[in-house]
Amino acid sequence: MALNLISLISGTLFSIGLILSGMTNPKKVIGFLDIFGEWDYSLAFVMVGAILVNFLVFKFLKKEKPVCGNGFSLPTKSSLDWKLITGSALFGIGWGIVGICPGPGIVNLTSLSSEFIIFVGSMMAGMFIFKLSGIK
Amino acid sequence: MDNIMNPLLGGITIGVASSILFLGIGRISGISSILAHLLNRPTKIDVWKYFFLFGLLAGGILATIFYPGKNSFVLENSLTEIIVAGLLVGFGTRLGSGCTSGHGVCGISRLSKRSIVATMIFMAFGILTVSIKGVF
Repeated sequence: MALNLISLISGTLFSIGLILSGMTNPKKVIGFLDIFGEWDYSLAFVMVGAILVNFLVFKFLKKEKPVCGNGFSLPTKSSLDWKLITGSALFGIGWGIVGICPGPGIVNLTSLSSEFIIFVGSMMAGMFIFKLSGIK
Repeated sequence: MDNIMNPLLGGITIGVASSILFLGIGRISGISSILAHLLNRPTKIDVWKYFFLFGLLAGGILATIFYPGKNSFVLENSLTEIIVAGLLVGFGTRLGSGCTSGHGVCGISRLSKRSIVATMIFMAFGILTVSIKGVF
């Protein structure tokens, strides 16, 4: 149960951070990506803040084991393959079209706007197509 | 300076949220990977993911209640664009094993080579897409 409570708190806080930072505002995100236009660089500080905290935690606060559960579960792959490159490129194109990435997409569902419901639905469909494709 | 305070504070909040998940239960807060689990048959070991996703929604609901107007955005896209973008984001994040949260925040903080490359690629393609869209 503690495991689920920690996840719930983390998810809620993550969501509040996304909203506070401006990441859930598609116009602002597009302004951030528009470096050759009227560039709004402010969202770069979201990454600065988030990475700084995480970097310090990974470096100095990581213990042998997490508070709950058996151990840390970290990605093990280290090679740069075609999947990483192509997938990230496709994601970047989609992100550039609407200005919404997965986290903010989910958070924006709570405004009950049909646009975001359609976006998240399409995102799930894209994930499902990947699953059907059998690419491992 | 004014306009970077919210992004910075939001970023720090995101960092704290993902540190709580990591130190608390040993997991990475990669939202696209967590969301993709909704497509699998539920297993006991993945229950925390539902709680995390529920937390994302809870944060949005809290923002709607306490800061009306801060959580209602519109997409300035056609229906076709929204669907295509959703499919690209869904498929791309699965093929590339992550999105802004998993690669951009958690991965970079661990200095993972794959995540640094993935982030550079999706940023570059996002920038390219916004620039090309601006021409038309």
